[in-house]
Amino acid sequence: MRNFTDRDWRGTTALTLFAAAAAMPTQALAAWEPTKTVEFIVPAGTGGGADQMARIIQGIIAKNKLMKEPMVVVNKAGGAGAEGFLDVKESKGDPHKIIITLSNLFTTPLATNTPFNWRDLTPVQMMALDNFVLWVNAETPYKTPTEYLAAVKAGGGKFKMGGTGSKQEDQIITVAIEKQTGAKFIYISYRGGGEVAVQLVGKHVDSTVNNPIEAVAQWRAGSLRPLCVFDAKRMPYKTKITKTMSWYDIPPCKDTGLDVEYLMLRGIFMPGGVTEEHKQYYVDLLKKVRETPDWKSFLEQGAFNQTTLTGKEYEAWVAREEARHILLMREAGFLAK
Amino acid sequence: MEEINALLQGFGVALSPLNLLLMFVGVVLGIIIGVLPGLGGANGVAILLPLTFSMAQQPGGTTSAIILLSCIYWGALFGGAITSILFNIPGEPWSVATTFDGHPLAQLGRAGSALTAAFTSSFIGALIAVIMITFLSPVVAGFALRFGPPEFFSVYLLTFCAFVGMSGGNAAKTIASMMIGFALAAVGLDSVTGTLRLTFGFTSLLKGFDFLIAVIGLFGIGEILETLEEGLAFKGASARINFKVVLETWKELPRYWATSLRSAAVGCFMGIVPGGATPASFMSYGLARRLSKDGNDFGSGKVEGVVAPETAAHAAGTSALLPMITLGVPGSPTAAVLLGGLLIWGLQPGPLLFVEKPDFVWGLIASMYLGNIAGLIVVLTCVPLFAAILRIPFSIIAPVIIVICAIGAYTVHNSMFDVYLMVAFGVLGYAFKKLGYPLAPLVLALVLGDRAEENFRNAIKGSQGDLLVFFSNGLVGGLTSLALLLLFWPFIRAGWRMVLGKS
Amino acid sequence: MESEQQHSAASVRAVEIGVAVVIFLFGALVVFDSYRLGARWGDDGPQAGYFPFYVGLFICASGAAIFVRALRNTAFAAESFVSREELKKILTVLVPTIVYVSVIGYLGFYVASTLYIAYFMWHLGKYAWFKIAPVSIGVSVAFFLIFEIWFSVPLPKGPLEAALGLN
Repeated sequence: MRNFTDRDWRGTTALTLFAAAAAMPTQALAAWEPTKTVEFIVPAGTGGGADQMARIIQGIIAKNKLMKEPMVVVNKAGGAGAEGFLDVKESKGDPHKIIITLSNLFTTPLATNTPFNWRDLTPVQMMALDNFVLWVNAETPYKTPTEYLAAVKAGGGKFKMGGTGSKQEDQIITVAIEKQTGAKFIYISYRGGGEVAVQLVGKHVDSTVNNPIEAVAQWRAGSLRPLCVFDAKRMPYKTKITKTMSWYDIPPCKDTGLDVEYLMLRGIFMPGGVTEEHKQYYVDLLKKVRETPDWKSFLEQGAFNQTTLTGKEYEAWVAREEARHILLMREAGFLAK
Repeated sequence: MEEINALLQGFGVALSPLNLLLMFVGVVLGIIIGVLPGLGGANGVAILLPLTFSMAQQPGGTTSAIILLSCIYWGALFGGAITSILFNIPGEPWSVATTFDGHPLAQLGRAGSALTAAFTSSFIGALIAVIMITFLSPVVAGFALRFGPPEFFSVYLLTFCAFVGMSGGNAAKTIASMMIGFALAAVGLDSVTGTLRLTFGFTSLLKGFDFLIAVIGLFGIGEILETLEEGLAFKGASARINFKVVLETWKELPRYWATSLRSAAVGCFMGIVPGGATPASFMSYGLARRLSKDGNDFGSGKVEGVVAPETAAHAAGTSALLPMITLGVPGSPTAAVLLGGLLIWGLQPGPLLFVEKPDFVWGLIASMYLGNIAGLIVVLTCVPLFAAILRIPFSIIAPVIIVICAIGAYTVHNSMFDVYLMVAFGVLGYAFKKLGYPLAPLVLALVLGDRAEENFRNAIKGSQGDLLVFFSNGLVGGLTSLALLLLFWPFIRAGWRMVLGKS
Repeated sequence: MESEQQHSAASVRAVEIGVAVVIFLFGALVVFDSYRLGARWGDDGPQAGYFPFYVGLFICASGAAIFVRALRNTAFAAESFVSREELKKILTVLVPTIVYVSVIGYLGFYVASTLYIAYFMWHLGKYAWFKIAPVSIGVSVAFFLIFEIWFSVPLPKGPLEAALGLN
């Protein structure tokens, strides 16, 4: 249970990519294509991580003319994204609609009892996984998670963890840390990741689990200090961000004795009931997107985990993640009554 | 001075013919976006963001891209006032307070004056904010860092107290109206606990009541229904319209210098914090009403009542870009999208941006000056044109307005339910207005309700239940005290007089 | 303020009482759901329903106060809220508006808007058809260009757009 990320999918990645590449030439002939504007639903507000990724995908498609029909991004953020998911659920069989998901694909229905499930959708492509890093203010003396968590325990529940939203990924990680170490946090929820990072700089909270892209500017300015990343292995980016450190230099939390792993899905889904042909079109389209240099530099900037999955492997991964979220949220007492 | 040199270089970057063209294009697009309710600045910028993507790849292209996008933003700030004044329909959230006196002015046949006052004040607010950004950014940038949940709550409390304190009329109806606003604000997801409130299982209610939809209905549709009762024409349609009205209004404006300065200060403060342009406009209107000698006549068509919210909104909207550039904290939804744009173009907003990309930052700041001048020229030359819209026969313009309202209500969340809601709010607005329920407290409560509650609860959570957190340091203590002072001012003043009278 | 010849469709008192009752019921609904969510001051501050609970109580109280005042005020009973003529005028706009928003889902925004504007011009403005057609169609085409082409904001579309291949 402590080991939150399933491992076995990593081995299958290469195989999947190979399979997808092999399937390409035959698909090129019979291919279905969109006949009208494609709606790209973002179940989150404008300016957030999912929104940014959606708009960069849209931008790459438009710039490289990868699709004949236009693509529009539509934000449906209401009810922690439930609005967007319900919209796609109701558009059964519509091949002109895709949605980008984050962890709220799992957390929203569990926390609010909103009637949808990822099985109402058709998984198309995992674009990347978003990392989480444990950050503290650079003026504090803590250099490792162990030191910090010891201080939290000694502090008697007065330490504050800041995060985005409530009963969502940031709070889930916080509860996982609490379960693992016995430390106790006061969790303070904010509206956006950038805001959370600045609250840490202003010392209104004691630590955060911001995504790399949300906190990198403050890190480079010397205001924040990363303690560890909630992934099994180091981030692969070795370009120096500060004078002395690159993303690669941040140790995995597990290696420092904090056995918590969490990665957030950045994946594309379609409504349920679409044909294999429809789905294949978007798989191919997104493959072309992923091959552009723009996409690669975007991944590096956000220090994303570059795992991509499609087809059965993707479905299996999503199913496992769902089971894990149910478990995590039940333990944390986040399930809706 | 170092800043002057940097700024001059910035002007050099921004003044290329291409950038000037983009500036005008951006301003015009922004005005259109600002005029159409629902299609806000944030949407407009987000929609055009992918277009700038390839633009940013050329050398110097990021500056051109941000100039285009920020000019859309300035244009939207200007444009929001137009429909507020002409038809009582705020095109943007921050122009709600502009309707309070702007629309009565139009009904008196002074639409041209109201528009001129609104545009000019917007420009002055922006100018003061940009000057502050130019010279004081290192000093004020860190100010936002001092704002945690208790401080934010005290800012919202201050806005509320500044505005509400002394509204006349029936107390029970004022309280009902305000509380209905708070209740509607609570509908949807409670951000502190992540549970759904007051949705009763209806999926349409998940996203809560957007205040723009309520306002379009209550003010816009309600207004049309009321107009119908009296005949099929807008009041004030017969006004004389020519360019002279601009000059005449300019002669009047210097009289309100105190209100302008105060509103600009309020706006800059709210922009840097960042507390938002909408609360800034309400706070500034409320303060002007209390402090001006014509305060009691506010709401009946006072130019000063247009100057106050417009100056503050534009000052706040402009200075909101400072925390965005220096801290990466968006001060408004539009700034949030711009922020995303910077990231996509490979720029990192944050403390180092000023040091690493001075060309970009100073080019942006220079474009704030130039973009606002461009905006002012465009909107002022169009004042007679805008005012002439009122002359279009009612039976043509009324359905077009309702269509625009419907589109506006739809585009806020891409939801048909919101369009039905808008009509319902229209009927409610009509009934409330005729029965003497004030609408402003409802709208203000709807704007500030959930933000204020969220910060209050986060503050209490952080202090583990200790209410003294709202007096825990000089800043929050000062803000809270000021708010309470404003709230109880009528009583304090009355008490003071009693003491003096007796002794 | 109403002339005596006009027939009153509803007295101010009747509407006051009606609105007060609706406000009271709305408040009760808020109180009810807030109580369900937990309306106490918990260990770490107010629960989710704490503020809405008291807001609901305030709504109920103010609704009751308005109700009592309206009952006592006999002057209200004589005063007209809206005359029949006024009501008729309002309904000639309100009813088509309700019809308009309810058919948007079937006809799409653009067709529904064209018909709505045309109806208004015909019924209230008494314009001739050769004036109505270009204005109503022109406005919708302009909106189509602005939203669908210029800003690529998709609005609901119906069978006509589908037939023309515009969606």
